[in-house]
Amino acid sequence: MAPESYGIHPEPILAAPGTELPLTNFDEWGFFIDPNRCIGCRSCVAACAECGTHKGRPMIHLDEMDRLHSPQTAPTVCMHCEDPICAQVCPADAIKRSEDGVVHASQKPRCIGCQNCELSCPFGVPIVFSGLEQMLKCDLCYDRTSEGLKPMCATVCPSQALLYAPKAEISRMRTAQPVREFLVGSLVVKTKNALMVPDPEAPLFLDAALLIEGDL
Amino acid sequence: MATLPQTPDQLRTAFGPHLNLAPPDGWDADPVPDRLVETHCCFCGQQCGIKLKVKDNRVIGFDPWEEFPFNKGKLCPKGVKRYLQGNHPDRLTKALMRTPEGFREADWETAMAHTVAKIQEIQGKYGKDAFAVLSGVSLTNEKSYHVGKFARLGLQTKNLDYNGRLCMVSAGAGNKKAFGLDRAANSWEDIEGAEVIWVAGSNVAECSPITTDYIWRARDRGAKLIVVDPRITPLARTADLVLPLKPGSDSALTNGILHLLDTWNLIDRAFIENHTQGFEETLSAVKDCTPEWTSRMTGLPVAAIEKAARMWGEARTSFLLHARGIEHQSKGVENVLGCINLVLATGRIGKPNCGYGTITGQGNGQGGREHGHKCDQLPGNRDIENPEHRKYICDVWGCTDEELPRKGQSAQEIMNAIHAGEIKGLLLLCFNPVVSLPDNQFTAEALSKLEFFVCLDFFASESAQYADVILPSALHEEDEGTSTSAEGRVIKINKAVDPPGDARPDWVILNEIAHRLGRGKYFDHFTSPEAIFNELRVASKGGTADYYGITYEKIERQMGVFWPCPSLDHPGTPRLFEGGRFAHPDGKARFVPTPWRPPMEVVDADYPVWLTSGRVVFHYLSGTQTRRIGWLVEQCPNPYLEIHPKLAERYGLKDGDAVEITSRRGSLVLPAKVVMTIRPDTVFIPYHWPGNLGANRLTARHLDPVSKIPEFKVSACRLQKTTPDRIPAELRELQRMAFEARTNQAALPQRVF
Repeated sequence: MAPESYGIHPEPILAAPGTELPLTNFDEWGFFIDPNRCIGCRSCVAACAECGTHKGRPMIHLDEMDRLHSPQTAPTVCMHCEDPICAQVCPADAIKRSEDGVVHASQKPRCIGCQNCELSCPFGVPIVFSGLEQMLKCDLCYDRTSEGLKPMCATVCPSQALLYAPKAEISRMRTAQPVREFLVGSLVVKTKNALMVPDPEAPLFLDAALLIEGDL
Repeated sequence: MATLPQTPDQLRTAFGPHLNLAPPDGWDADPVPDRLVETHCCFCGQQCGIKLKVKDNRVIGFDPWEEFPFNKGKLCPKGVKRYLQGNHPDRLTKALMRTPEGFREADWETAMAHTVAKIQEIQGKYGKDAFAVLSGVSLTNEKSYHVGKFARLGLQTKNLDYNGRLCMVSAGAGNKKAFGLDRAANSWEDIEGAEVIWVAGSNVAECSPITTDYIWRARDRGAKLIVVDPRITPLARTADLVLPLKPGSDSALTNGILHLLDTWNLIDRAFIENHTQGFEETLSAVKDCTPEWTSRMTGLPVAAIEKAARMWGEARTSFLLHARGIEHQSKGVENVLGCINLVLATGRIGKPNCGYGTITGQGNGQGGREHGHKCDQLPGNRDIENPEHRKYICDVWGCTDEELPRKGQSAQEIMNAIHAGEIKGLLLLCFNPVVSLPDNQFTAEALSKLEFFVCLDFFASESAQYADVILPSALHEEDEGTSTSAEGRVIKINKAVDPPGDARPDWVILNEIAHRLGRGKYFDHFTSPEAIFNELRVASKGGTADYYGITYEKIERQMGVFWPCPSLDHPGTPRLFEGGRFAHPDGKARFVPTPWRPPMEVVDADYPVWLTSGRVVFHYLSGTQTRRIGWLVEQCPNPYLEIHPKLAERYGLKDGDAVEITSRRGSLVLPAKVVMTIRPDTVFIPYHWPGNLGANRLTARHLDPVSKIPEFKVSACRLQKTTPDRIPAELRELQRMAFEARTNQAALPQRVF
């Protein structure tokens, strides 16, 4: 018989469609980024670029970490810092954080395209686009979330490495742990969005040569 | 004679692939769509729900369709960018006819009259069967059914087959032998509650990305994941157990696992006794398959094999998924049966959270293989040689038994017969054999020998370029119909826009050809896809794939109907085999022994490296569509050779170096991609490209004796480092196009530091 240690939950964890909380209060919903699930398909990047407000320009970065050693890829989405460094260093005061905790793209009339934000962001998120001379970044799909929809990237993400879900549900939905505090040099950066941290003991399979019998 | 009418460069200039980079009016147009059409993605067997934004009879973008239960809005990048296949500069809008100077546009009447005259001439001279039809399963159920009927009663040829022969046939044959029915046994919902998930020969993350989330949801509930693949794919990276076995050794592994399950008494004897046949013979066939033997055959450590058997054997619930990795072999059917043996031995099928399924590859890989699209099949998954089955279909079609041809040849065999001069004429649709069949130089030679070749396509694919006449057909979004997903869920494709110019749906074109051939009495009543579907419903009634109770209205209301659905009040059957009742007449499943035999080609002193091929997430099949979508090409413009650093070192190769790969069929020069995620005795090439960029220049025409699937996944090759100037100009051109696409778009960050 199966070992009890499999730890199967007795009931399905994910709420059935239609029972989800209404998407009205930003505070109840969280954005969770889990690179462990990322399959590198760049669907998030592709879908983000389709947005009517930034027209062909993706606000998400997706990096192959080290292809020689691993198929690991990782999406970088704005973490929406509580005290955003991009806004602190902006000489034109063009970057605003709204009361719901969303850090917005630069205000066009103010942005001088100096790239201070781009250089200072600890996560490498803001982009000053050539031609626009303006910094654009993720605003958590304000157009969608204000209408009760999930952000586009979290809607399409095939593996749900990008997840938009009720914060109260996350411990039931996922085994990885959400982290919202990051030490950057000596600075503690607190964020609205969470990075999911896997069990550090979980094995990773990276070198096929170590998994087979015999050698070349 | 159907040699290429112009130089490759001239053909590329005329027909592409060019890249569609932006929505119809550019990124800055800010159009408001007239309407949103709920339909499905065309780019794989998962058939994700998607909404297409339509304005002025053009598809201008997409929106997620979150209510559709399978994918709930999720889409892979092919789905996101699928809308760019419309409004494409390469789109065929007029008939094309070959002239000594190359292809020239022709009016519909001229092209059609010429086509029909040539069909009559060839069939008059050489017999009806000398004209063959090769089709494909990106077609809807309606079109698949229609092609089957068109070939048998329109052209009156037995030689019809389809590109599912390169995709689903090993699974289909294995499923029929074991279960008496060919469909995934469960809806994917049963994956979520499985305690152990066994994935064999499937790069789930790249080839069926949405399935990844089902697997992860199970894992978050504690499920263990076992992945069997010579490469560590993105899903395998975090798996609980990764088994990178030697290419072609899959049935050795399942035999070894069955041996251990029996030894350790991890089998469900009551289930075997009550619901199956053939266990004893199957067991005796694995009595010598000790872990040590299995280790020698598969190249896997004994401990890993034992761990797999424990994980699989001890679980209470499970789901086994497999795909082309095990099916694309000369033992494809045996590999499938080996997997099914593990499912049956543990009795974990036909119950909640217990399941089995092949992950269908092509858009309608499931439905397209059920309704008479295959050389040996009639609608409802009936057998063309079975007198009762023939009688039923003759009655539905109103023809005599003498009129209904018998079993024809399979896809590769048809190509072989063309090459041998036995088949003289070809009608090709929804199939790009010069890219997707093995041994691509042989295929090109064969197409060059045809006396007459007519192709229906929306782009002039590399195969279409060999044709005498190309008739412009309709895209997925330009017609309605149904398709059947990997789960067995029949879904509705809705029309978003009209076809441009003279282009029209395949069934309309075939109807017209049949009519002109004097066979209109079998086709003239097909005035809409729904009219075809309603005949399909009747033709499938009483067969194993019974669609009789499925209507367009029911599909839309239920957001899909799982077959079998034998009556109008039947809701459909998401989970098959409940209560251990299988589709064989005695209700029992069959264990089938799979005694070990090696692949048709094995490594030796001359060709010492295993070669395997597969897909990447950014491309679909032969790339006819995805190699024309700019953003997808930017992400993956060209093929490459994946090689482990240990093997690379042996040949003095560094990442990016040019390497010549030679098999008994031919050779390619590609850039090396050095990765530790592949067995050091094996190399991998993604297959989506033509000619001297095609993995299928190297693969062999070895077939599974039962399913006739070619052995794409196992070949032997040798490697040699070469100089960068030997990288084909075509590959450099693709890289240049991708670079230009990137730099021309507004998406470029301004990098001044």
